[in-house]
Formats: sequence, structure tokens, C-alpha cells
Amino acid sequence: MQRQQLLDLYFMDARSKVIDLAAFLDRLDRGEGEPDFRLAALRKALGELSREGPSRAKNVLLSLSDPTAEPIARSPGKGAVGAWPGEAK
Amino acid sequence: MVSRVTDDYEAMVTAGCEAVCEPAFWAGFDRSGVQGFYDYFSQLTDYEPKRAAKFSLPHFSWLCINSKESEDTMLAEEVLSIIPYFLERPNVLGIGEIGLNKNTRNELKILEKHIELAAKHDQLILVHTPHLEDKLKGTRLILDAIRNDPRIKPERVIIDHVEEHTVEMVLEGGFWAGITLYPESKATPARAIDMVENCKAHNIWLNCACDWGISKPLAVPHTAIEMRRRGHSPEAIDQLIYGNPLKFLSQTPRFKLG
Repeated sequence: MQRQQLLDLYFMDARSKVIDLAAFLDRLDRGEGEPDFRLAALRKALGELSREGPSRAKNVLLSLSDPTAEPIARSPGKGAVGAWPGEAK
Repeated sequence: MVSRVTDDYEAMVTAGCEAVCEPAFWAGFDRSGVQGFYDYFSQLTDYEPKRAAKFSLPHFSWLCINSKESEDTMLAEEVLSIIPYFLERPNVLGIGEIGLNKNTRNELKILEKHIELAAKHDQLILVHTPHLEDKLKGTRLILDAIRNDPRIKPERVIIDHVEEHTVEMVLEGGFWAGITLYPESKATPARAIDMVENCKAHNIWLNCACDWGISKPLAVPHTAIEMRRRGHSPEAIDQLIYGNPLKFLSQTPRFKLG
């Protein structure tokens, strides 16, 4: 597709998501207390957006992923939180 | 679709859906014992096909103990022991959705036993890959576990819930890749079409979650509309959303339409 066509199709959606993200970061700034690892993970993922290249979505997902290879001893619970907290101490 | 109301069946038929394929999955809570799974498998293979038939929608199912309940290996072994009793039911497509959740040793042990069960009974396999931060590692572990059993042919396995960071490794391994459409996680219609366009593979299908959480039974037809907006031909859309699943599922004689 032409870039112009893609902008016509998706610009407003992307614009809305960027503003939502900015408002979320502002909201966190206004909050109190220490944030957990997810905020740093999100900021790291945001850094991928400004890189050149065709794999931004993949790189964002990789930056939020557990990079280790071995199965863990036992489940810490059933759910996932969206970012890897690092090796369990 | 045990978590959905009949309005969903009606909407799917109205949108042109030809069949529903329902994997055994977590109910949102842990069952208290093997009898709970016996009843669930009975529901998937007996009652639910009858409910869907009222809307002229053929219903098929996959059977397993899901990875979220596989951490309890004693329960999982009991559930595995009753699955063969249900495999001869006419709407059963194979073993699924097996896989991993938090990538634990126990989950992996039970995954290997499911793979053994599928190999022994010559069943198709549907794989659930973990959520979010656990997906990359889990997908690698799952692919390794399947490759470790030479009886399993990759073309008889679909690895579901792929995203941009896992789709390539799945396709490069010769497996089918499933892209699951969800309103909040996994893939949106736009991202799903991006992956399809980038991979140019013939062994990808789209599916929509119809579970007890926020999900959208008409996500596949909505994605077809999105493909049309992007200029995909009617033939290409039909191939992706109908032809490809038909090709994969036709590997089992139990999958019959019309």
C-alpha cells in the first residue's frame, strides 16, 4: 500500500494511542510512591519506537520478554503481568 | 463455546462462520478433581455440539488438561488417563490446547505427556503458547519438546497465539502458526494482517478467542473487513480465513463440513 493510504487508514488510531500513552505517563508522574519494574520496562520498550528499521513491534515484544532458557522450578502464580521482572532472587 | 451465550452462535452463523473449533482450556478457576474434567470433556463432546447444531453450526473440540492446571502433576496424570476414552467422539479434532503457562518444569513434563498421547493415538495437536512476557521463552521450549518426538510431524501441529517475536520461529520449523485476535492482548486485526503480509506463508490461520474474559467471537470476520480495506483480494481473504484452516483441519477425517 502507499504510505498515504496507510496514513489515511491508521493515523487517527495511532495518534489516539500515542496521546493515551502520554497521558498514562503523566498520570504516573502525578502518582505517589515507588513504581515497580513495569515502568522501567515500558520506558525501555518506548525506546524501540524511535529506532529505524522494520521490526519495531517485534523488538518491543522482545524487550518485554523473559530472555532466559531454562524452565523454572515452580509457578509463581497463573497470570502474566506484561513485562519480565528479572531473575527471581 | 461453553463460556458464551447463544447470541454469539447466532451472530457467528450470520457472519458466515462455517464451523466452531473449541479447545479445552482453563475455566477461570481450578477444577477440584478429575471428575470435573470428565464432565467438561462430556460437555465439549456431547452437549455443546448439540447446542451449536441448533444454529446450524458444526462444533468440533480439542481435548487436554490446560497448562494452567498442569502444575498439579498428580491431577494432570489422572486427567491424561481419561482423555483416550473421549478421543473417539466424532467431533474431536485432536489434543489441545496444550502448552505452557509460566514455563515450569511440571508444565513441561505434562506437555511431554500430551505429546506422547498425541503420537500414540495419531492426533493433530493444537498448542497454546504462554502470555505476554512468558511467550518467547515458552514458545522455544514448546518447539523443542515437540521436535524431541520424531513421531510428530510439524505440519500436523498448529502453534497458536503467535506474535511478531515468535511467528518466524514457528513457521521456520514447518509448523502451522495461529494468530489469535483479542481486543486487549495477543493480536489486533491490523497487527495480524501485518504478520500475514510480512511472512507470506501459506500455513497461517486466524482465530478469535471466545472465552470467559473480554473477547470477540466475530474478530475473524472483522479482520476480513480490515483486509478488504487494505486492498487484499476476495480470494486472498477467503484463503486465509477459510482455506487455510480447512487445509489444516482436513488432516483429521473427523473434520467434515456440510
